[in-house]
Amino acid sequence: MWQTLPLWPVRASTLADRTDALMIFMLAVTGFFTVMIFILIFIFAMRFRRARNPVATQIEGSNALEATWTLIPFGIFMVMFIWGAGIYMTWAQPPPDAEEIFVVGKQWMWKFQHPEGQREINQMHVPLGRAIRLTMISQDVIHGMFLPEFRVKQDVLPGRYTTTWFQTTKPGRYHVYCHEYCGTAHAGMIGEVVVMEPAAYQAWLSGGNAEGSLASTGQKLFQQLGCATCHRFDTQGRGPNLVGLYGKPVLLDDGRTVTADDNYIRESILTPGAKVVAGFRPIMPTFQGIVNEEQLLSLVAYIRSLSQPEQREPVRNRAAPPPHPAPSPTRSR
Amino acid sequence: MATVTVPAVERENYLNTDFTVKSWLLTTDHKRIAILYLLSITAMFFVGGIAATLIRIELLTPAGDLMSSDTYNKMFSIHGIIMVFFFLIPSIPAVLGNFLVPMMIGAKDLAFPKINLASWYFYITGAGLLMYVILTGGVDTGWTFYVPYSSTYSNSNVITAIAGIFLAGFSSIFTGFNFIVTIHRMRAPGLTWGRLPLFIWSHYATSVIMVLGTPVVAIALSLVALERAFHMGIFDPRLGGDPLLFQHMFWFYSHPAVYIMILPSMAVISEVVSTFSRKRIFGYMAVALASISIAVFGFLVWAHHMFVAGMSAYAALVFSLLSYFVAVPSAIKVFNWTATMYKGSVSLNTPMLYAMGFIGLFTMGGMTGLYLSALGIDVQVHHTYFVIAHFHYIMVGGAVMGYLAGIHYWWPKISGRMYPEAWGKIAAGTIFIGFNLTFFPQFVLGYLGMPRRYHSYPPEYQVLNVMSTAGASILAVGYVLPLAYLLWSLRYGEVAPDNPWAATGLEWRTPSPPPTENFPETPIVTWEAYDYSTVREEPVAR
Repeated sequence: MWQTLPLWPVRASTLADRTDALMIFMLAVTGFFTVMIFILIFIFAMRFRRARNPVATQIEGSNALEATWTLIPFGIFMVMFIWGAGIYMTWAQPPPDAEEIFVVGKQWMWKFQHPEGQREINQMHVPLGRAIRLTMISQDVIHGMFLPEFRVKQDVLPGRYTTTWFQTTKPGRYHVYCHEYCGTAHAGMIGEVVVMEPAAYQAWLSGGNAEGSLASTGQKLFQQLGCATCHRFDTQGRGPNLVGLYGKPVLLDDGRTVTADDNYIRESILTPGAKVVAGFRPIMPTFQGIVNEEQLLSLVAYIRSLSQPEQREPVRNRAAPPPHPAPSPTRSR
Repeated sequence: MATVTVPAVERENYLNTDFTVKSWLLTTDHKRIAILYLLSITAMFFVGGIAATLIRIELLTPAGDLMSSDTYNKMFSIHGIIMVFFFLIPSIPAVLGNFLVPMMIGAKDLAFPKINLASWYFYITGAGLLMYVILTGGVDTGWTFYVPYSSTYSNSNVITAIAGIFLAGFSSIFTGFNFIVTIHRMRAPGLTWGRLPLFIWSHYATSVIMVLGTPVVAIALSLVALERAFHMGIFDPRLGGDPLLFQHMFWFYSHPAVYIMILPSMAVISEVVSTFSRKRIFGYMAVALASISIAVFGFLVWAHHMFVAGMSAYAALVFSLLSYFVAVPSAIKVFNWTATMYKGSVSLNTPMLYAMGFIGLFTMGGMTGLYLSALGIDVQVHHTYFVIAHFHYIMVGGAVMGYLAGIHYWWPKISGRMYPEAWGKIAAGTIFIGFNLTFFPQFVLGYLGMPRRYHSYPPEYQVLNVMSTAGASILAVGYVLPLAYLLWSLRYGEVAPDNPWAATGLEWRTPSPPPTENFPETPIVTWEAYDYSTVREEPVAR
C-alpha cells in the first residue's frame, strides 16, 4: 500500500496538457495569495499581540486599499475565466473528423459499440493519436463518463444523446469511471480505456467476431421493423425519404426548422408525433418499448450512413471519415 | 476551581425564571428557542458525524468491506442531508442569530415570537421524520436527490426524507422573515443601518436568501415526490420529463444555500476579530456591502454545478463568469479581516483562534472554488473528491469554525459561565490539525480522478485515503472536546461577568445571562459599531 503515493494524474490526451497548464498556473497564483494571507495573520497576531501592543490604533479603513483588493483579484479572476473557457470550448466542440464510438450506460455497466461492429463491455479500445468522439446515452438513470487521464468528463443522460471527445497522446490502459451517482453498484461501474498503436488497433478491429458494421445492423433492423415500407428511397413513400437527411435542416409542419441530428432521429423513432415533417401526415407509430437504446444507435448509424458519399471501408477509411454534415449522397441503397 | 462562588441571590434571568418543561416547550423567548435549537442541532450534528465516521472507516481500504454498497450509499446520503439541512443551515442563524439578533439591536424579542417557536416545531418534526427514515431503512439518493434515480429507481424511503427536508425548509423561511422584519422594525433608537454590527448585516443577507431560495427547493423536492408517488412526468424522460430541469431547480436554492451556511459564520468572524483586536473592523461599509452582494450574486451562479451535465456551452460561459463575480466580495472580506488585526491589540483567546482558523481555511476553500469556476478545470474535478474537499473547507473549515468561534465567544452570555480557556485552545488546535489532515489529501485525490460517492476505489488511492481517515479521527476528538468541557462549565465554570471581553456590542451591556426582557430599559444608541476608542474597561477574561 505504501509503495504508491500518486500526486498527479497521468497525462494522456491533448486536452490533458492544456488542463494541466492551467492547473499549474492556478496552483501558483492561489498558492501565493493563500501563503500571503497565512503569513500576514501570523505576523499580525505576533507583532500586535496584547503584550507588545496594549492599545490598538483605530483605523477606519481605506478606500484606496479596498479598490486595490477588489480590482487586483478581479483582474486575476478574469485571466482564470478566459483561460478556463478556452479549454472548455475545445472540450465542448468535437473536431468534425473525429472517429465515433457509441456508448450506452446502464445500471451498472458500460457498453461500447464501434461503428465497425465491435462491441465491448467496460472496456474501450481506441487508436493512439486520433480524435475519438463518444456519443452516449443512458438506459435508466443519469450516469457519467469520466476519463481522468484524458481530463474529460460528461454526464450520460437518459432520453438524449450527449457527446464528448478526446485525442490520446500515450498508449496504455486508463480508468473509465461513472462519476454521477447511479445507485447500488455506482462504484463498480468502472472500466478501462485501452489506447493502442494504430496498427495494433487495426488488428484488434479486424479480429474478433463482429457481425458486420453498426450501420448494417441498423439496416437489417430497418427492414425487419418495416420502416422501409414508408421511408422509401424515392418521393413516393408515406414517410420522408431519409437519404441525405442527416445533418440537414428539416422544415416541420408547424413552421419550425430543426436540424436532423442524432437526437432528432432518436426522438422521431420514439415519439414520431413530436416533430412531424412538413407535407407528411402524423401516421407513424411509436417504437417506444420495441427498440432498445443499442438498436436505436444502430438505426441512427444506418440513417447517418445514408448521407455518406461512399459506404465506408470498415478499416482503412477510418483515418478520414467525411465531415458532418456530409454532402448529398451520390448513391442510395 | 473546585469551589465556585455563586452569588447569594441569583439575579432573575431567562434561564432561572421558570424550570418546568412546559415553560421550555411553550416558550416564546427568542433566547430559550435558541437553546432548543442548540440542543437539537447538536444532536443532529453527532448523528451526521457518526455517518461520516463510518464512511471514513469504510474508505480505509480500497475494497468495500465494512458495509454493503447500499449501506454505504445510505451513509453518505444521511450524512449530507443531516449536515446540510439539519445542521449547517440552521446552525448559526437559528442558535446564535436567534439569541443575538434582538439583543444586538436593543429589542426585547423577535418581531413574531410565536412564529419563531413554530419554526422550531417544524424543524424538530422534520428531524423526527428523518430519524424515522434512518430507523426504517434509510434513503440512498445522496443529499442532491438527482432524478430520475430518486423519482423512479431508488428503492429507499425517498418521500419521507423529502417531507422532512420540506418541514426543515419551512422552519428556515420562518426564521428568515422573522429576522428581516425584526431588523427593519425593531432597532433601538439611534441604531441606524450604518451603526449596525456586521453580524446583523450578514444575518440580514442570509435571511433574504432563506426567504427567496427555500421555496424553490421545496417545490423541486415536492415535484420529485409527486413523480415518485403518482408518475407525473416532470423529470423522468420516460414519462416525458427533463432531468436537467430538476438540477436547475435544485441548485437555484442549493447554491445560495452555501451562502446561508457561510454568511452567518462571516457574521461571527467580524464580531470576534474586532473584539479580540480591540479595533473597529477595517472597512466596515465594504464588509457590509460584500455580504449584500454575496446574497445577490449568489442567486446567479447555480448552474456552475452543471458544467458537464449536458447544458449549453454558452450558458456555461456565463455561469463561470458570474461565479468569479461572487468570489470578489468574499476576497474583500478576507482582506478586511486581516487588515483589522493590523495595529490592533490582539489577544489569542479561543474564539480568536477559531476566527483565525476560519480566515485561513475559508481562504483555501474560496481559492479552490476558483479552480471549480474555471471551466476547463471543472471538467476534470467535477464530481470528484476535489469538490468534496472544496466544500468541506467552506462548510467545515468555514461555517463550523465560525459556529464554534461564536459558541465560545457568546458562551458567557448564553450560559452565564466561562468556558475553560486552556481546553478551548487545545480543542481549537486539534480541530485545525485534524481538519486539514482529513481534507487536504482529498484535493489531491480529486485531481487524480477519484469520484465522489464511491464505496470502493482503485488501490493506488489508498495512501491518501488513509491520511484522510487518520485526520478524521483527530477531528472527531476535536469535536467531542467542546461538547465535554462546555457541559462541564455549566456547573463548574467561572461565573461570567456581564462583559468578559470588554466588547462594544449592545448584547454585552446587559447581565449574563440576560433577563427575559433582555434590557431593563431600551438602550439609546449614539455610537458607531466597534467603537473601541471609547472603551476604557479591560477584558476580565485572560
